[in-house]
Amino acid sequence: MAEIRNYTMNFGPQHPAAHGVLRLVMELDGEVILRADPHIGLLHRGTEKLAENKTFLQSVPYMDRLDYVSMMSNEHAYVMAIEKLLKIEVPLRAQYIRVMFDEITRILNHLLWIGAHGLDVGAMTIFLYAFREREDLMDCYEAVSGARLHAAYYRPGGVYRDLPDTMPQYESSKIHNVKQTKKRNENREGSLLDFIDDFASRFPALVDEYETLLTDNRIWKQRLVDIGIVSPERAKALGFTGPMLRGSGVEWDLRKKQPYEVYDKLDFDVPVGVNGDCYDRYLVRMEEFRQSSRIIKQCVEWLQKNPGPVMSENHKVAPPSRVGMKQNMEEMIHHFKLFTEGFHVPPGEAYVAVEHPKGEFGIYLVSDGANKPYRLKIRAPGFAHLAGIDEMSRGHMIADLVTIIGTQDIVFGEIDR
Amino acid sequence: MSITHLEQLSSSLQNILESKLVSIDEQFGELTAVVRPEDMLSVSELLRDRVELNFDTLIDLCGIDYIAYGRSDSLEINEKPGQNGTRFAVIYHLLSVENNNRLRVKVFAGDDVFPVVDSVIGTWPAVNWFEREAFDLFGIVFTGHPDLRRILTDYGFIGNPFRKDFPITGNVEMRYDAEQKRVIYQPVSIEPREITPHVIRETGYGDGG
Repeated sequence: MAEIRNYTMNFGPQHPAAHGVLRLVMELDGEVILRADPHIGLLHRGTEKLAENKTFLQSVPYMDRLDYVSMMSNEHAYVMAIEKLLKIEVPLRAQYIRVMFDEITRILNHLLWIGAHGLDVGAMTIFLYAFREREDLMDCYEAVSGARLHAAYYRPGGVYRDLPDTMPQYESSKIHNVKQTKKRNENREGSLLDFIDDFASRFPALVDEYETLLTDNRIWKQRLVDIGIVSPERAKALGFTGPMLRGSGVEWDLRKKQPYEVYDKLDFDVPVGVNGDCYDRYLVRMEEFRQSSRIIKQCVEWLQKNPGPVMSENHKVAPPSRVGMKQNMEEMIHHFKLFTEGFHVPPGEAYVAVEHPKGEFGIYLVSDGANKPYRLKIRAPGFAHLAGIDEMSRGHMIADLVTIIGTQDIVFGEIDR
Repeated sequence: MSITHLEQLSSSLQNILESKLVSIDEQFGELTAVVRPEDMLSVSELLRDRVELNFDTLIDLCGIDYIAYGRSDSLEINEKPGQNGTRFAVIYHLLSVENNNRLRVKVFAGDDVFPVVDSVIGTWPAVNWFEREAFDLFGIVFTGHPDLRRILTDYGFIGNPFRKDFPITGNVEMRYDAEQKRVIYQPVSIEPREITPHVIRETGYGDGG
């Protein structure tokens, strides 16, 4: 009888289900995976080294490019680490704005995840639904920062500027006539907050719509149920965080357990899974959609009632207003110093973690008192998750591997850094 | 996390680790414990298994190169490296999901030329890729790691890019050579430059005297 040998096969880096640049070297027995060895680093830019050679403020836009589908959450951890070392207070309004945009970011991230995960597994329509809503949220990003993706909106000491009073509107064109355009602009008549409020009100119904497509869908369940099971003990040992840990039934959410900003003043629930398979993680993320819109609603309500400053008054860290800068000598010096030399952070080290849409995103910042970080370590949740793919995919078919990559919500910007 | 909570954790660490704990201090509500490299393996098991500590998750591991610590001009190399007289350190960030605690453990690798630390992969399997990363970027060797390969840099890369004496431009650049009809490596053509200098000011600078 002929000797049976195992196949070694490459998966990626140019595979549509590889979510970017994942190269997996798989050892196969027929179609069953015996070992999966991910080769990462194809998107390694050395962000941490680059940050050591830039002033603290200049590195904020780099944070957007880490996990490029949840931009503001990355910035949040970075600015919080600087604020911790500088011991500066952030105005309450800025904290609410940050929390609101964190949750908008969570919805943005999960929308991309459900779209891509659906496509990987063979559900086409959900992608179109998800990107319809993403468009609205990216308009919020644009209204507030000028950029649809790489916002650089959170700054040490607060946020770049207050929320705008108007929302950009569509213009009529060959494709959309005046009547249609008027209808499209209906929810854009008021301020940005009105638009976000309208979104948060209609979004839970849209999540129900997604669920009618997937939750009881026989093909979806056949592809997800009992695939990539992780026990709660294993999930903790492998360093899983976020929905990957909650899907295994561990009730762990930094927003509840180690609350930062104003999360302790807000009312929301933390969904957990039971079986720790891909389907449970899907359900957890679907429920997070609803909880996020709940948080957004509460933030909008507070923000509409409470105007105030959005940036710290400490001009050694936060830039002065344009008017102040042009009328006051001292303010001008502050401005000049801030944007040439940058502010100095006292010596020390701090670790700050936020509940990023993908898990625990942490920034470990070491300063030696200079105007640049001495060492910046970015703890990306996806890095630990992808390291667990070998264990999760062992004994599964190649097609299931695609489901597992999808459920891990992998983005290479943060893994390769 | 209240301060009493941290004090409680700090005292139980002192009771359990005893002489294995070199120092422990608190800053910004975070505890940092310093441990000798030869003790790290046994300490890691105590940290995970003792009920009062119960650090079940390793959140992060990273290397650090202290050689230029506290120097105004980053291109100058410290004769006596930053902290503890040791150049390299490994920093572990631990999390206890059960007790809702965090702890930072710092291990100074003994040798500056060939830093070696025991691998804790037996205690926390999550450390696998993090140790590979510290090996790749800093050249810190973790004994007992079953698969210590480079992870982030290119196949066949030479050097440890996150060491402070590694230039930010790198040493080699890549281009397509029309004559050889392949991609070749050559020494970098970029001049090293610094746009904003790395400055450390004396205390009280700019406070108005």
